[in-house]
Amino acid sequence: MGKLYKFLKYSFITIWTVFVVAPFLWALTTSFKDFNSVNGGATYIPWVDFEPKLEGWKVLIKSPANGGVDIIEPYFNSLFVTCTASLISIVLGTLSAYALSRFTFKAGFVKNNDITFFFISQRIMPPIVLSIPFFLFLGAIDLLDSLIGLIVVYIVLLMPIAVWIMVDFFNKVPREIDETALIDGCNPYQAFFKVVLPNSIPGLIVAGMFCIIFGWIDFFFAFILTFTEVQLLPVKIVALNSSITPWWSLSASALVSVAPLIVVAFIVERYLSKGNLSGAIK
Amino acid sequence: MNLIAENLLYKPDEQFHLNEVSFNFKKGNLYTILGRTLSGKTTLLKTIAGLLTPDSGSIQFEDRDFLKVPVWERNVAMVYQQFINYPHLNVFENVAFPLKQRKVDNQEIKDVVLKSLKSVGLEGYENRKIQELSGGQQQRVSLARSLVKNAKILLLDEPLVNLDYKLREQLREEFKSIFSQGLSEESIVIFSTTDPKEAMELNGEVIAIDEGKVLQVGPAKEIFENPKTLKVAEISNDPPMNILKANISSNKIKFEGIEIELPGHLSNLKDNNFNLGIRASDIELSEEGFEFEVELAEISGSETLLHLIRGDTKIITSIEEVMNFNIKDKIKINFNINKVYAFNESGTLASSPFGGSYV
Repeated sequence: MGKLYKFLKYSFITIWTVFVVAPFLWALTTSFKDFNSVNGGATYIPWVDFEPKLEGWKVLIKSPANGGVDIIEPYFNSLFVTCTASLISIVLGTLSAYALSRFTFKAGFVKNNDITFFFISQRIMPPIVLSIPFFLFLGAIDLLDSLIGLIVVYIVLLMPIAVWIMVDFFNKVPREIDETALIDGCNPYQAFFKVVLPNSIPGLIVAGMFCIIFGWIDFFFAFILTFTEVQLLPVKIVALNSSITPWWSLSASALVSVAPLIVVAFIVERYLSKGNLSGAIK
Repeated sequence: MNLIAENLLYKPDEQFHLNEVSFNFKKGNLYTILGRTLSGKTTLLKTIAGLLTPDSGSIQFEDRDFLKVPVWERNVAMVYQQFINYPHLNVFENVAFPLKQRKVDNQEIKDVVLKSLKSVGLEGYENRKIQELSGGQQQRVSLARSLVKNAKILLLDEPLVNLDYKLREQLREEFKSIFSQGLSEESIVIFSTTDPKEAMELNGEVIAIDEGKVLQVGPAKEIFENPKTLKVAEISNDPPMNILKANISSNKIKFEGIEIELPGHLSNLKDNNFNLGIRASDIELSEEGFEFEVELAEISGSETLLHLIRGDTKIITSIEEVMNFNIKDKIKINFNINKVYAFNESGTLASSPFGGSYV
């Protein structure tokens, strides 16, 4: 039983790993190929199967006039929008989550849990439901096709994630820690910043990473709410239609676009496995 | 100058957590709040600390309306039943936290913290992480943190309950010595516990509380010897005092077909139905006694607790040795009738072996 289980487990993990990693390897090798290597049948090993060339990567930074694809501007647009929206979402979301976790709100039948659910419910609707209101709303305040407009929309999309993760996290931080801080002479703000927040760093990092991931990969709203002035990376990549852009440049741009997420994934993985509250309450 | 509370009422849901609680605590004294779990002990301490606001009532301290003073300005210290420390700080930083908050000079912080750690037996642990300490050590850290503040009100909410037996004994001794020497004339110590033995040992003024209501206030000895009501008798004894529903008439106590001559201290009672209270330790095995059936026998430490039944009357007796009984065994017991308490039918003490009476 034990051995068979182990065998099946590792077989499954191996197959799954190959399944996940193969496309990346494929893109990676392709990005170093040129016309001849791509069209000469499937080849995998550089210097053996094919001669690696940097052509695909060079195209990324050339201006369109020189035959490049110019993803630098969309790349930094995406970075700027994602990071700004994530940061604001985390700050607002953390504060809201703390309030929802610690204080009692009541407005008629609406209580804390209902408010928390209201936040999360923003993510339950399919995005298409929100697209028309967002479009009209941004149009009305003249922020269509602008970075600010995208940031506003992304805050609406990302803050629920932050609230959701942080409410759960704060609920696990014993209330007695805040109370002890108050007794020890902190006012509620000091209790939050000096005691609760330093103990919530793993939660903050996880929430931040999720915001960055969801902001970075969004195609739908970036596509609907921008036209010509502003372009975000996911839209740009799709726009690099394969009939115009060669495979090797397409592969290189795809790799560049997932690079931040890979970094994020490794950081999240480290912190997800790290609980830091064991000494608070035994 | 005292800590005075009047008619504190707190009822967040269907049940009273505090029900018209009033008290007058004097500086330099130790007060023990004795009550079972959920009796309102923690609520009362949190109200004094300012973490809870009562629905009505008032608290005065040093001629100030304490309810208007926010927690962080009240200068109280509190140790929780759970071991609450700041997990992101090491032992030294934990104990120094309240002083840093007061912007005390760094050198002074160092002196005071090291002295405080020494007094709770944690010398040399300054740089340890909280998570590396055992439960007892963690509780000492929170105790040290509450002591450095030199607070005028020190609240200890069942600080020993989550510790194992040996540590509890040890820390209780330390508490006693800290209270006896370290207690300044300026401070009030309030200690809450469910354990009657602890309350008796600490030997302070005891406040017996149940369902948010103060039942009796008095020195530990007085509560033990003359419990005002059945409820107090129940709370202040472990195992709880046995209650026998009996009839007293023509100088005889009658219950479950048993008749016993009325002891001297009960002789002035008028013939009536009474609730007689007798401690588990005042019941002994005896060949000439009355027959009861064993319902359950549990061995706890060096004692054997026997749950006995006769008719509708259930009693618990403790025997000072380890003995084995089978369920349904018939055994004979005798009551130390001179130690019987009589409560009237509504539960008020009518007569005690120590001469107390509240009717």
